[in-house]
Amino acid sequence: MLRFLVGRLISIVLTVWAISFVAFAIIQLPPGDYLTAYMAELSAQGERVSPAELEALRRQYSLGDPFLVQYWKWISGILAHGDFGSSFEWKRPVTELIWGRLGNSILLEGLAVLVMWLVALPIGIYAAVRKYSLGDYLATVFGFLGLAVPNFLFALVLMYLTYVWFGTTLGGLFSPAFERAHWSLPRLWDFLTYAWAPIIVLATAGTAQLIRIMRANLLDELKKPYVTTARSKGLPEWKVIVKYPVRVALNPLVSTIGWLLPTLVSSSVIVSVVMNLPTAGPLLLRSLTSQDMYLAGTIIMLLGVLTVIGTLISDLILAWLDPRIRHGGAR
Amino acid sequence: MTAEALTEDTAPPEIKRSQESQAALMWRRFRQHRLAVWSLWIVGLFYFIALFAEFLAPFEPSAYNPRYTYAAPQGIHFIDRDEEGNWTFRPFVYGYKSEIDPAALRRTFVVDRDVKHPINFFVEAEPYRLLGIIPMDVKLFGTTERRAPLYILGADRLGRDLLSRLIHGTRISLSIGLIGVVLSLVFGVIIGGFSGYYGGWFDSVVQRVIEFIRSLPTIPLWLGLAAALPRDWSSLQTYFAITVILSLVGWTELARVVRGRFLALRTEDFVTAARLDGASDWRVITRHMVPNFMSHIIAAATLAIPGMILAETALSFLGLGLQAPIVSWGTLLQEAQNIRTLASAPWLLLPGVAVVVAILALNFLGDGLRDAADPYGR
Repeated sequence: MLRFLVGRLISIVLTVWAISFVAFAIIQLPPGDYLTAYMAELSAQGERVSPAELEALRRQYSLGDPFLVQYWKWISGILAHGDFGSSFEWKRPVTELIWGRLGNSILLEGLAVLVMWLVALPIGIYAAVRKYSLGDYLATVFGFLGLAVPNFLFALVLMYLTYVWFGTTLGGLFSPAFERAHWSLPRLWDFLTYAWAPIIVLATAGTAQLIRIMRANLLDELKKPYVTTARSKGLPEWKVIVKYPVRVALNPLVSTIGWLLPTLVSSSVIVSVVMNLPTAGPLLLRSLTSQDMYLAGTIIMLLGVLTVIGTLISDLILAWLDPRIRHGGAR
Repeated sequence: MTAEALTEDTAPPEIKRSQESQAALMWRRFRQHRLAVWSLWIVGLFYFIALFAEFLAPFEPSAYNPRYTYAAPQGIHFIDRDEEGNWTFRPFVYGYKSEIDPAALRRTFVVDRDVKHPINFFVEAEPYRLLGIIPMDVKLFGTTERRAPLYILGADRLGRDLLSRLIHGTRISLSIGLIGVVLSLVFGVIIGGFSGYYGGWFDSVVQRVIEFIRSLPTIPLWLGLAAALPRDWSSLQTYFAITVILSLVGWTELARVVRGRFLALRTEDFVTAARLDGASDWRVITRHMVPNFMSHIIAAATLAIPGMILAETALSFLGLGLQAPIVSWGTLLQEAQNIRTLASAPWLLLPGVAVVVAILALNFLGDGLRDAADPYGR
């Protein structure tokens, strides 16, 4: 287990480093920099800035340095004292701006994963055990829809329907009264009354895929002789199913988090923009359009790092469940 | 048993059956997948629409009419009564009358059942060029009456015809999927082929790179890249830049498929035989290996198109993909981003239906092709 853990950790460190590099490179890509955008804005408002002032600003943000120097300043600041740079647009440190929003992102995505599993497991088991029943067909249809409906479209349709049927507009995660409050029971309740909609939107596509995988895995297992043995021993049917084949079929399902998480993070960005949620997504979009490079780079990097950490956790769970992976054998 | 006895024993009809060509076997296998056959028709129809967009759409995508902003869909009616009261078959649409919405205090259009505008086929139109090449002055359908409104699927905020824009958007969205996949295929086949055929350190590096790319959330990555495109680029430049950006992630999946096939075939006897025969690497790859997994690649490529279309739609929807003068499903849906707009003009969500149908059809088609790629299995 230790060797497995060390190996995974080394690769994680390398991946995170690569992510930081890519994130910074992306931010450097646009022609011009924040100052050119800022200048354009100022001159549109009729203000004038002297070249000397411009140069001072440029030096303050060290925008004139070569790429690697800028990258080094950024990354060493992060490693030395958790300083991700400061946002040009908001004139505040990046860390101040993002933690709350990133927390909301993690909370929302975590809840979505939870809902996915809670819904997909029983339905997947049912669809496999009652193969070709009405419920199985319904699950299949649901699976195809989840595959084909882009989540932002689903969000739009949901918003439209609630508006037409109940006259309310979905959006946000908290009512204004609880926006800045500390976590408490009333705030949690308030959060849930808002968050159910984005969670449903986020969980649908993944649920559809998990049902399909669970059904296929379980169907493979149900044919095996040990199931017949268990049944012929006289075990009750639910015990035959839940005690053996379901447990075996769960293993491949755990490893799906590896690709589930990147798609989930992706879709949460776009769903947040549509439903106006205070998560990292809308902030990223805004910072990209205004070329607020440290803010955008930090968000892209942290979203990537979060995804990798999530994948690591799923790997660890899998290794804990399955000794073949833990010992690197059986290949 | 002698060789002659063997040939005599084998009955002629059986020889005939075993001589059925690979293509015929694949076609037969494909037809067993009923959904895939239906999807082939639907996908064909979509690409037909994309190809002849200018002819099929009654208006230019940018043609606007401020008299009919947010006009509701007219629908299309086929059965009508003529002057003597007999039922006739004659497609027509109803006209509009404007009303002031007492609550919102603004003009809305309701379908007026007293006014009918007949629809004619092959009507004359402003001269245009089909696909930008063939000069034409006939459209498939339209109204012959001057200034008669024709908004079968409704109008948007500038009074532009949604149906025409949807038809033109089909061309952009579907072609972006196709070009993006072709680009991914080029990257994927070259990189995946090298890594599968030669293996070694190159293979491990490529595999690590692919794993890395696939572990990243794609939308933030795409957004970052798309935001880097200069604003002053022409729409054609943006269009190609977006396809390149999409294929930067798209190649990984295809490279995996190609590498897998190469690894599987590398140790096959016929490849070894060709190599021992003195065939060059190039010849072994192009003449012996590629024809063997061409069908697999086509299936994988088909399955990659929906992802490309979805990605373009998402990017354009967020405003960082294709920009305004270009009409795609994503830019059309961008109009529907606001819940207030949506409440008064829900038909603006219709491009979403096109997206869903196209994605489903392409997925089923890809499934069918994947089955057909290996007609000997099962």
